[in-house]
Amino acid sequence: MSACSDKEALLHGLLDGELDAANVLACEAHLRECADCAAEFERLLMLRGRLRSGGARYVAPEGLRSRIVAKLAAETVDARPKSAARRIRRGVLPWAFGGSMAAVAAALAFVVVIRLPMQGIAEELVADHVRSTLVTHLTDVETSDRHVVKPWFAGKVDFAPPVLELSDIGFPLVGGRLDYVRGRTVAAIVYRRRQHIINVFVWPVSGVTEPMAASLRRDGYNLTGWRRGGLQFWAVSDVDAGDLQQLKQALIARTAD
Amino acid sequence: MASRFEELFLPHLDAAYSLARYLARDAVAADDIVQESYLRAFRSFASYRGGDAKSWLLAIVRNCSFDWSKSHRAGVDTELPEPDALPDPAQDNPESAALRASESQRVRSSIKRLPEPFRETLVLRELEELSYKEIAQLTGVPVGTVMSRLARARQMLMKELEPPQ
Repeated sequence: MSACSDKEALLHGLLDGELDAANVLACEAHLRECADCAAEFERLLMLRGRLRSGGARYVAPEGLRSRIVAKLAAETVDARPKSAARRIRRGVLPWAFGGSMAAVAAALAFVVVIRLPMQGIAEELVADHVRSTLVTHLTDVETSDRHVVKPWFAGKVDFAPPVLELSDIGFPLVGGRLDYVRGRTVAAIVYRRRQHIINVFVWPVSGVTEPMAASLRRDGYNLTGWRRGGLQFWAVSDVDAGDLQQLKQALIARTAD
Repeated sequence: MASRFEELFLPHLDAAYSLARYLARDAVAADDIVQESYLRAFRSFASYRGGDAKSWLLAIVRNCSFDWSKSHRAGVDTELPEPDALPDPAQDNPESAALRASESQRVRSSIKRLPEPFRETLVLRELEELSYKEIAQLTGVPVGTVMSRLARARQMLMKELEPPQ
């Protein structure tokens, strides 16, 4: 009971759906005539049934997925564009060796102030963004409820940054934080896009020096800036530029009314 | 970038694990191999030019598995029969669950007894349902070789699994 030797490849090809139309017809015609090949084809079908329905394929064990996600996250931190983070460390470390945390904080403030005139705003925003994701200081007020975030800012800054709930379009609100840009206190509203953090920095427009609107890329991060209602906005993240544009459009559209 | 990578490749986690399990024939090693594979895939994600994500990932799993085999032992199956998927009490009575578990264990150990390269060809075709062309690219041999390996693998398996007549 064995198939015609010249037909073996055809039988497997038929089983695997790899034959062209002409060969399918020829093979099926042969199976109607040749009992041996028909029996062989039947065996192949049975084997396939056992392989595919018998639970032969393994399923990844519980926890493997999360171990991988954790490894990838660690890898992302390691591979994160270094220069912005290095800039921070370079600025802070010589002072940090001096002693207490207070000294570090003072040094940091000093560094920020004296470095400002020498750096473009984009570099500074990226540095702020990187710092917010590296140290455990992403948010001062952590909540997805904008009715909590908005009043929190009220007592801390002299303007009212728009805080919106955008989870319906995939940008859940994470919280708010105070940060420093160009030596002044600004509001940072934090959104999440999948696993990525987006900082939206907001401050009142004070002069004509800042660009009205721009989209650019620095150190692997995307930045989008715009002005609206007397406020300057800058969104910074490692998400795609397209995602940032979507966030910007939503923020503009929903603060209009 | 990490999230796009995860979207593309995490859906193929079972495929990656199953292949690693059949190539290494070691549950603990398969776990390590898959983690290492995802890491390698992530690092070379920049060189991924679209195309079938599953094949791309499985090619890396295959390389990682061979690296592991080379550094560990000369392909001897040391894996003990495993306690298989627990029966679902809502679905099965204990007898049929036990029968099914022993059936899948039997099929699995028959596959594991296949020598390479027949084992990987069979797993890629029957369990991962890759096409001849995809298997040829993944294993670096002509389609004709894939076909003959597959035919040979199936003959060996049928001999193992079918009751002697």
